[in-house]
Amino acid sequence: MRLAMFTYVLRRLLATIPVMLIVAMFVFLMLRLTPSDPAAIIAGDNANTEQVAEIRKRLGLDQPILTQFVIWIGKTLQGDFGESFFFKKQVAELIFDRLEPTLSLAFFTLVLAIIIAIPLGVVAAYRHGSWLDRIVMGFSVLGFSVPVFVIGYALIYVFAIELNWLPVQGYQRLAQGIGGWLQRLILPSITLSVIYVALIARITRTSVLEVMNEDYIRTARAKGQTEAKVLIRHALANAAVPIVTVIGLGVALLIGGVVVTESVYTIPGLGRLTVDAVLARDYPTIQAVILLFSLAYVLINLAVDLAYTFLDPRIRY
Amino acid sequence: MSIEALPAELIEGPPQRRRSWRLAARNPSVIIGALIVAILAMLGALAPLLDTLPPAEINPVFRNKKPGAERVIRDSNGAEQKYVHRFGTDSLGRDVYSRVLYGARVSLIIGVTVAVISVAVGLVIGLIAGYIRWLDGSIMRIMDGLMAIPAILLAMGVVSLSRAGLIAVVIAIVIPEIPRVVRLVRSIVLSIREEPYVEAAITVGTPTPLLLVRHVLPNTVAPLIVQGTFICASAILIEAILSFLGVGIPPETPTWGNIMAEGRSLFRIYPHNIFYPGLCLALAVLAINMLGDGLRDALDPRFAKRV
Repeated sequence: MRLAMFTYVLRRLLATIPVMLIVAMFVFLMLRLTPSDPAAIIAGDNANTEQVAEIRKRLGLDQPILTQFVIWIGKTLQGDFGESFFFKKQVAELIFDRLEPTLSLAFFTLVLAIIIAIPLGVVAAYRHGSWLDRIVMGFSVLGFSVPVFVIGYALIYVFAIELNWLPVQGYQRLAQGIGGWLQRLILPSITLSVIYVALIARITRTSVLEVMNEDYIRTARAKGQTEAKVLIRHALANAAVPIVTVIGLGVALLIGGVVVTESVYTIPGLGRLTVDAVLARDYPTIQAVILLFSLAYVLINLAVDLAYTFLDPRIRY
Repeated sequence: MSIEALPAELIEGPPQRRRSWRLAARNPSVIIGALIVAILAMLGALAPLLDTLPPAEINPVFRNKKPGAERVIRDSNGAEQKYVHRFGTDSLGRDVYSRVLYGARVSLIIGVTVAVISVAVGLVIGLIAGYIRWLDGSIMRIMDGLMAIPAILLAMGVVSLSRAGLIAVVIAIVIPEIPRVVRLVRSIVLSIREEPYVEAAITVGTPTPLLLVRHVLPNTVAPLIVQGTFICASAILIEAILSFLGVGIPPETPTWGNIMAEGRSLFRIYPHNIFYPGLCLALAVLAINMLGDGLRDALDPRFAKRV
């Protein structure tokens, strides 16, 4: 059994390699498809032809495209994403600086979304057909439709401008004190969690509802379990697999939302970096950010797949 | 029992497709969604008749006015006319009400265009993947790779490759949507290949193109209409996000995202620049999502919610 599990994990891990390779190919081709010459951009306006040619040689741009791809992959695997055209800094360094705000925001959003959405979904399923169920479902359709930035500005308007409870925008590093850090993360996390809550609540409701008709729920009730225990230990535990799957898939939405939310709240994270890079046509940075976000997405979903075995002992490999 | 004695439905089977369309037309969520979309489309189409000013007309004297501000406009004959800025003006003095109405045009056109192109391209690739087995593996791996890149990032990456414009934005939104259509079409094709009537058709020697057109395509119509509706909603949202971030359609074009992008800097004092277009955007996306939910329940019972 152990061995089967181990080979399964290994197989899934290996299966992510072709996916990431294709992502890397897209990202690499992106730079080749640009109308501009990266060497000329790095050299600047005052460079002469020899200087441009020298930079081209230094970057390996005079090599055949396949060789270039191999060199590029090799460098990327070592964490060398090249130098940013716009910020004139190593891209890796740039990304490292921006990691903390984005991770903080993503972490809080994830926690907030799960804490809010799962009880909502369970209650909606339990009181299926009631006004409560309808409110939860209505909210979930609404949450999908109202764009992140509209929610963001609405929250800023109410809580920061009208009520003056929280700072309007900005970010404070954790090292400068937990209070200020938390305070500035509250509104962005709520903003970003709305769509995620809608997604998770909806799937929780559907999968709990499906489980509620099973025999073991009737058995649990028949032996006198409290309703709370029936819901949590029997219904929710058995409905966990689709919920966790959607939480994993929802990370794509979360990443898209990070880009927008960081712009609304002027948080200097990876999302803001992405927008700045696209505006400045800073291709090395764009490439690195897309690669990193995709890798995070693929790895999170891999972790979700592997989590199934723990959540549902019926699944065996 | 002779075959004539059976009721007609039993011999031919119930007219399922026609019945599900009738079901769709009675679904409350379809009716409300379609109604709101129709109203927004009318507002966009008839914008010049609805007491609007040219949406790109800049007026430096009349900047940043609150909703309801009045202005006297003198026409070419010198006659004076009062004009009420219902939604106020932006920081260049453009009338927000006019821009929001004209913005409906761009948003809806992009939504529909993206939906049609993604469904068409996805259908062709999906049919190829589902039918030509040796291509299936490589096509699906490419789709997996595309799907591993979060949609907004992929769209931003594509936009960064060319000059901002309507076509670039449409392509940028289409590319992340295609894999989802391909997967759907491929799964339908694979399941239909196993159906007895398709096997029968193959046995009889029906040529593949005819088989695709007669048996496979009709089965993809309903799910693709549902999927297309959701793609339309998500395209409108992504276009607004791209424009809002400043990487979408050039700022002089009135789109809901652009109006909001323009209103960002003075949001604290003049929130109307964000709220009116935001409201329209949310309403449009909500309506199209409702339409999609209703259509799915009626047309595509397999994917419909169980309860």
